[in-house]
Amino acid sequence: MTWVAAVVHGILLGGFYALLAAGLALLFGVMRIINLAHGSLALVGAYMSFLLVEHTGWSTYLTLLPVLPGALIVGYLLQRTMLERSLRAGQLVPLLTTFGLLIVIANLLQRFFSPDVHSLDEGSIGTAAWQTTSSLAIPWFDVLTLGIAVAVLGGLHLVLRRTQLGRELRATAADADTAELLGVNSRTVYARATAIAVATAALAGVFYGMRTGFDPNQGGAELLYAFEAVVIGGLGSLWGTLGGGIVLGVSQEIGAQINPEYFAIGGHLVFLAVLVGRSMAQASRIRYALRRFA
Amino acid sequence: MSALLTVESLDVRHGLLQAVRQVSFEVAEGETLALVGANGAGKSTLLRAIAGAHRPAAGRIGFAGQDITRRPAYRRARAGIALVPEGRRLFPELTVEENLQVANASRRSGPWDVDTVLEAFPLLQPLRRKRAASLSGGEQQSTAIGRALMTNPRLLLLDEVSLGLAPVVVEGVYRSLANLIEAGTTILLVEQDLARAMGAADRVLCMLEGRVVLEGLRGQLTREQVTEAYFGLRRQEATA
Repeated sequence: MTWVAAVVHGILLGGFYALLAAGLALLFGVMRIINLAHGSLALVGAYMSFLLVEHTGWSTYLTLLPVLPGALIVGYLLQRTMLERSLRAGQLVPLLTTFGLLIVIANLLQRFFSPDVHSLDEGSIGTAAWQTTSSLAIPWFDVLTLGIAVAVLGGLHLVLRRTQLGRELRATAADADTAELLGVNSRTVYARATAIAVATAALAGVFYGMRTGFDPNQGGAELLYAFEAVVIGGLGSLWGTLGGGIVLGVSQEIGAQINPEYFAIGGHLVFLAVLVGRSMAQASRIRYALRRFA
Repeated sequence: MSALLTVESLDVRHGLLQAVRQVSFEVAEGETLALVGANGAGKSTLLRAIAGAHRPAAGRIGFAGQDITRRPAYRRARAGIALVPEGRRLFPELTVEENLQVANASRRSGPWDVDTVLEAFPLLQPLRRKRAASLSGGEQQSTAIGRALMTNPRLLLLDEVSLGLAPVVVEGVYRSLANLIEAGTTILLVEQDLARAMGAADRVLCMLEGRVVLEGLRGQLTREQVTEAYFGLRRQEATA
């Protein structure tokens, strides 16, 4: 029964990873921009929510109303002022820019909020759970997180497939010059996509803050799991990211079930196995193609 | 007829290479102008400069009475200039229909939408939900032309639309062009095939090493004159 509990909790944890990875999947999977500051931007969202709760006494959920539009603006400006310039210098330059941003954000947060651990109140849902059997309780907050992850990824999927912005975004990612010749303003399209990505990061950050305590230096660590979710799920696939998050969460929980110290290593091992398996499959495809030419 | 497109003393460079040198010409509203010349004569570069994909080093481009020399490509598309680029350049992962719909970004209304384009290119009708990468050369070329039409252009720039296609497919492409010309679309086309170019266009412009070396109405030029200018056998100025 404890194994069943591990799998169920892993799936729910995976929902959180998928939520954190959603914006990353959009930027990394579709636009090929690796945003190392994604986790830090999520933290900024959590801190902004914290600030609002402190000053207004609102519930954490209510703070999303100003925090998410704010994040949209931040994302738009981030693309126009920093990422756009670095992309022009090559695909790898945004890696450096966003790494710098990660450090700057961590230091600014430390300056203004101190290195102490903060947390956000998750309301009455935080302690409520559905006690299915004596050994398996399903926390409602985790179910809510998973539901929001599904909604965010599903929404992004619909935007990409069914809207003009989505078509313009996919066209621009494939061939920006040609898209421009058809009237697409690629700079605005990318800026809008980054705005959406940063808003999902902030949303994930607020939920992160309600799950556990956070401090200014956690951006990088959380980002690692989000990246693993994107890579396990396959680049460019939003539903894959949800699957990737769940695979990662389940692996971690099963690892922890074997030995509480194996939580992180369980996820990393599965991530590694997926990477190795995929490159071996690719190598065999290349060998096959070469044989046909020879 | 008034000039829709005015090109004045245009210089375009690829790094150190000067691909277009001091080119000046006009295209009147409703006219079909063919640009001929050997490989490397600067035809494609000239088209790309007009569409805004390549910044000119000097000179001026006017369109519908406005100076568009410094305008970015997407604003030229919204003003009514559409380029069918060399090599088609479809978005491979998008379906035929999605490729067409991307052009809605030009926000120009007119007779062309997904339905009328599919009517004009019936071979695309059964393929509308297929990925562009899976199409044959002729199907891709039709999609590329249809996609440019989706912007409801006032000026259509066609770059080597027959390149790499089977003769029977080229025949089909030119038949649909004839319909466009009849409908009054202004067209500037680059073509390697002299006979095709002289058959479709009202006026022919021949380029050699970045310069316009011969210009004339279709009836006033002989094949021999154009061939000479094409290969630079005798450096002569326009006789028309």
